[in-house]
Amino acid sequence: MDLLEYQGKQLFARHGLRVSSGEEVESVEDAVAVADRVGYPVVVKAQVLIGGRGKAGGVKLAADAGETREHAANILGMNIGGHTVHRLWVEHASDIASEYYAAVLLDRSAKRPLVMFSTEGGVDIEEVAERTPEKLVRSHVDALEGLGREQALQIARDGGVDEDVVEGVADALLALYDVWIGEDATLAEINPLIVTPEREVRALDAKVSLDGNALFRHPENADLSDPENEDPIERRARENGVQYVALDGDIGILGNGAGLVMSTLDVVSLAGGSPANFLDAGGGSDAKKVEQAIGLILSNPNVKAVLVNIFGGITRGEEVAGGLIAAFNELSPSVPFVVRLDGTNADQGRALLDDAALAGVHTAGSMNEAAELVVALAKDAG
Amino acid sequence: MSVLVDETTRLAVAGITGREGSFHTLNNRAYGTNVVGGVTPGKGGQDVEGIPVFDSWEEVVAAAQPNTAMIFVPPRFAADSILEAAAAGVELIVAITEGIPAHDELRVYNTLVRDHPGTRLIGPNCPGILSPGKANVGIIPAAFFTEGAVAVVSRSGTLTYQIGNELAKAGVGCSTIVGIGGDPVPGSSFVDIVALFERDEQTELIVLAGEIGGSAEEEAAAYIAENIAKPVVAYIAGFTAPAGKQMGHAGAIISGSAGTAQAKADALEARGVRVGRTPTEAAEIAVQLLG
Repeated sequence: MDLLEYQGKQLFARHGLRVSSGEEVESVEDAVAVADRVGYPVVVKAQVLIGGRGKAGGVKLAADAGETREHAANILGMNIGGHTVHRLWVEHASDIASEYYAAVLLDRSAKRPLVMFSTEGGVDIEEVAERTPEKLVRSHVDALEGLGREQALQIARDGGVDEDVVEGVADALLALYDVWIGEDATLAEINPLIVTPEREVRALDAKVSLDGNALFRHPENADLSDPENEDPIERRARENGVQYVALDGDIGILGNGAGLVMSTLDVVSLAGGSPANFLDAGGGSDAKKVEQAIGLILSNPNVKAVLVNIFGGITRGEEVAGGLIAAFNELSPSVPFVVRLDGTNADQGRALLDDAALAGVHTAGSMNEAAELVVALAKDAG
Repeated sequence: MSVLVDETTRLAVAGITGREGSFHTLNNRAYGTNVVGGVTPGKGGQDVEGIPVFDSWEEVVAAAQPNTAMIFVPPRFAADSILEAAAAGVELIVAITEGIPAHDELRVYNTLVRDHPGTRLIGPNCPGILSPGKANVGIIPAAFFTEGAVAVVSRSGTLTYQIGNELAKAGVGCSTIVGIGGDPVPGSSFVDIVALFERDEQTELIVLAGEIGGSAEEEAAAYIAENIAKPVVAYIAGFTAPAGKQMGHAGAIISGSAGTAQAKADALEARGVRVGRTPTEAAEIAVQLLG
């Protein structure tokens, strides 16, 4: 679950990490009011969950109220990589002496937290890692002991920061680690972490991802992220506890189990088709769940054909068939379906489907055959 | 032979009195697995179809000597149940629970390494372990698997069933199927399990089913090249998955340019592992290599 910059900064501030004074606004008038309050010059920043905001013209410096008004009006409503800007962050512009990079993340390979730090901030860190790996400090943290002050100081020194900001950088790293632990983050990143001419260390940006599985510990974080730019079908699926990811093709996909559904997308692509979604109905899918899943898939107007690929383990074939039949009666879909049922009670499921003789439903004996058939049907539908 | 579970398995189940927990425990027992007890705090003294229930792992270990634990409790209690089973001395813990916070998994993994180095954790968010004809611990539909020479290790449940079924249709059976789970911090990795398969006399060929996210497949590729003499066939899911989107499993996400299916397939092929483009093709290669 990725957070917008301002949401990340609010979490930072809560954990004692210094950020510039600013506020999130949704209108030009509010942008000017905030700018007047925090003092000029200000920076007006688009709040979207996509990189390249600066290049797209979504981050602007304003010297006075007039410029703030102009930039805010331009940026609000702007489309940045498919994301519409609904919110701005307006903050007092900082004077910058140095730009650093700092992050805490979960190193899946080492199975430990990893602190990364570099004095090469403000640029793409993957590039720094590739071109000048010696300038990126990587320091694993004992997952049970946490990040201690000594280690934080060592990271700052190893990074080569000026001696007079070693303490300040270590404080920022400790606060960032506190965000990571305290909010159940999988990533907490600052790029850039700046040093001002007054030698103050401050986060100028915030990139935070939270663990959706840990929201029961943080109910206050459940409504974060970017609701207006969330795909409406993804949101509905999430609210119903269904795993759905919107894709840009025209073949709707329903399967059970994340691996099998990913595999189904691949097999459809190999057959020359283009999937419209990932949908994992989950283990133990009953008729009701299947019906709901089909409703979600069909609410995407791009869908020209649907592939249902079920390998029953806990999921029983006759339950899936029952859900399909109910969904057809309820929704009367106008697009063709290809159904591949295998596994537990698949024979019973197929028999139910045959008896129901639903219009536009084809059955297939294997995953590959099902993929080829659904691709052909989608092409016919043109 | 086979690995991890067999006729000597003595299974105890945390969450045995829940709907899913009791259903699968009884399925496992019906398959022939020796189920010796269950744990549900507050329900000690009850039984589930004759299986005695205890209040804690300490009690079930003292009374019934399980050597294998299965965890079926809800996500917020699962980490503590795993650590309690380890502290009570159970050597093998199979965690089926999906949705455990990643930070809890980090705490569990690192606590096991520090305090209980002899304990092996499989999962969480996994379908369990099946040694056909011997024992089933978890939710794998055993009916699709026969006893044989192919070992399977996978991050995905249904994908495992798909591949196992294709093998069965070709008349090929399995030694042990291990689901290591789809979470970011699994207790056991591909490397850990492949090492067990290499030493298992029954296993003649290994099938590895991976997916996007993390670098476990790349690490397995390097390990296989150095340490595994048996043939390995792989399948990777998620070639068409977009970056930055979690594809069902918490661990199935491409971060930046890392964790793509192509990078994993390339790493495996570069180390001499044959990679099938579909589950069917992976099964076909396995059958062909077995001769």
